[in-house]
Parts: sequence; structure tokens; C-alpha cells
Amino acid sequence: MFEIISNLIAAFFTLAIFSFLYKDNPFYRFSEQLLVGVSAGYAIPLVWQNAFIPFVYEPIFIQHKWYLFVPVAFGLMLTLRFSKNLSWLARYPIAISIGMTGAGVVLSMNAGVLVQMRSAMQPIDSLNMLIIFVGTVTVMLYFYFSKAHTGLYGKFTKIGIWFMMIGFGASFGNTVMARLSLLIGRIQFLINDVIMGFIK
Amino acid sequence: MKKQIPLFIVIVLSFLFAAWAVVPHKISEEFYQGYLVFVRAMSPFGVILGIMSITMVNTVRIKRKVPNWQYSYVTLIAVYATAAIGFIWGTSEGSPYIWIFKNVQMPMSATMFSLLAFYISTAAYKAFRARSAEATVLLIAAIIVMLGQVPYGVMISPKIPGFAQWILDVPNLASKRGFMLGVGLGMTAVSLKIMLGIERAYLGGGD
Repeated sequence: MFEIISNLIAAFFTLAIFSFLYKDNPFYRFSEQLLVGVSAGYAIPLVWQNAFIPFVYEPIFIQHKWYLFVPVAFGLMLTLRFSKNLSWLARYPIAISIGMTGAGVVLSMNAGVLVQMRSAMQPIDSLNMLIIFVGTVTVMLYFYFSKAHTGLYGKFTKIGIWFMMIGFGASFGNTVMARLSLLIGRIQFLINDVIMGFIK
Repeated sequence: MKKQIPLFIVIVLSFLFAAWAVVPHKISEEFYQGYLVFVRAMSPFGVILGIMSITMVNTVRIKRKVPNWQYSYVTLIAVYATAAIGFIWGTSEGSPYIWIFKNVQMPMSATMFSLLAFYISTAAYKAFRARSAEATVLLIAAIIVMLGQVPYGVMISPKIPGFAQWILDVPNLASKRGFMLGVGLGMTAVSLKIMLGIERAYLGGGD
């Protein structure tokens, strides 16, 4: 009985959100706001359990690492963001977090550029490798805006656009399939769990 | 000084972290571990900021009675009720907190994402109506990739799954690699701008 009630509640919210396909309505709005609220509320106990207890409470009050009151004070400064007079204090914890960007200069150059270049610099021993090489170079040429995309250069960038369109198409196709899987999952839930649950 | 000191902290930490990334030394590793302890102790308070933000936005909506203000009550009650349930009855399997996740949050978010299947079809129709060569290439690639993942594709032609995989492995890889290189260069440039104090948007407005 409890399972049927649970399924009915889940089915109600599923149908309430699907009702938006007809038009905007109070059931959809209610569900939308409820989803926002529940998602935010769901995060609070998780952060408490997985971040506050192991990284703040236990080190300070059990292991007596009193110096951790300093980052706690900085963390509390974040909440001053909405204060009219003291909002500037929120810049300190933000600055400490942003400080790690320096590593990004080296790490993103490595992961985003060097590793990609290393993967791209393969012997062109097949037609596929030639296509990958031409595609990579022409896509990059398209994003070079310091030169007008005209003449021979424009023709190369046009090839880049075609490669990008194939890439977008592939991503689009994969996204559609992923969303359709979710849709099939919801319909299966409504038929197998809710309707068939009643029949049984 | 309200901006200069945070900016100084960012610049100093950025240079230290750039050094950490290239110098595999015991001191640099200790510095990184110390920083992690510091930031981990600071991070849970970000949630308080988020909760304050959602509370303030919805309270203002209720006070000003903006259109559909009544729904802000739903958001506020849902935030605090879900959190309270998690604190009172715990977050273990079988608790009301997990029940809410399984029967309210998860069905709604899955349905919300599945809605996109319909809207994405509308977008495809609009792209097809554009009748440009590029839009057609996009749509053909998308159709082949989709057909390659369903049994219907094999029924049309047994070569479709192989062709779909070729699209993913060759031209798609080429375009993604081009993007990745661009994104990598962009991230490096932005990181460098922050490190040198040129990019200061994170400090916000005001004094």
C-alpha cells in the first residue's frame, strides 16, 4: 500500500511536469518550484554530513585543531555578501578560493592544449587520420578572428564550419537519445509501476 | 584597500600555485595539502550563502507580490522542510529524506530533462526550415547518430551503426579536438589574466 501511494505521488509530479507540454499551468508551476526547493534542501544535510562534520567539526572539536577557526571565520565572511556595509569582507574567502587559478595556467595548458596536441600529432597513415587532421586544423582556423574569413582562408574556415556542424549534429543526436531514454523511463514507470501496480 | 588586499591575496596565491604545478617538491606538496585543509573547512559555508540567497529572492517576491508570488512559498517550504527531514530522521536508506529523493526529486528532475526531448525536436524542425547547407549537415549527422543507436537503424541498413560510429570517431573527434584546443587556450588566457590581476570581475562591484 505504501509503495502504491509513493508511486502515485511520483506519478502525480511526473504528469504535472508533462502537463507543460500542453501549456503553462498551476500544476507545472507548483512542481517546478517544488523541484527547486527540494533540490536545494536536499543538498543541506549532505553538505553537513560530507563536508561540515569531517572537515570542520571533527578536526576542531575532536582533534582540537583550533587553527581551523581561521578558515571557518573566512567561510562565515561569505555570508556577509548580502550586507550593505560589510559585503566587501566576502571578497577574502572568494580571493582565497580564486587563488588556485594560478595552477590553472599550467594545468589547463597541459590538459587542454599539450595533451590534445600530442593526441592530434599522429602519423597520417590512413584517410581517417587525414580527415581528423584537416578537421582539427580547420576548426581552429575558424576561431582565429584576427584575420578576415575571406579568400582561400575563408574556404578553409568553411570546411571548419562543416566539421563543426557534424560535431554539433553528433552531440545533438546523442542528447536527443539520452533525453528519449529518460522519456521512455518515465513512461515505463507510469505504465509498469503505476498502472500495472493498480491492476495487480 | 577593500579591493587591493583580496587582489594581492589572489596574485600571491596564484604565483604559489603556478609554482606548485611545476615544482614537485615536498614543500610545495605540503603547501597544497595545507591549502586543501583550509579551503575544505571554508567550503561548507558556501551552502549558507546559497540558502540565504534562495530565501531572500523568494521573500522579496512574496513581499512585493510579483506575478505568481504564491509559488515562492512552495520553494521556501520545500527547502526548509527537506533539510529539516534530513536532519531529524537522518539520510540513511529507508529514511523519509531518501523517500523524498526517490519519489519527489528524482521523478521530477528526470521528467524535466525528458521534456527536452520534445523541445529538441522543435529545434530540429526549425533548423531544417532554415534550409542552409550547414543546418542540413547538422541534421543528417544527428539523424545518422540517432539511427545508429536504435534497432530501427539496422532495419533500414546494417551499415548505419558502423557509419554512425565513424561519424563519432572521425569528424566528430576532429571538431571536438579543435574545440578542446580552443577551450584550453582560453582557460589558460583567463587564468593568466586572473593571476596577473587584469581580470577582477570576481571582486564584484562597489568600493
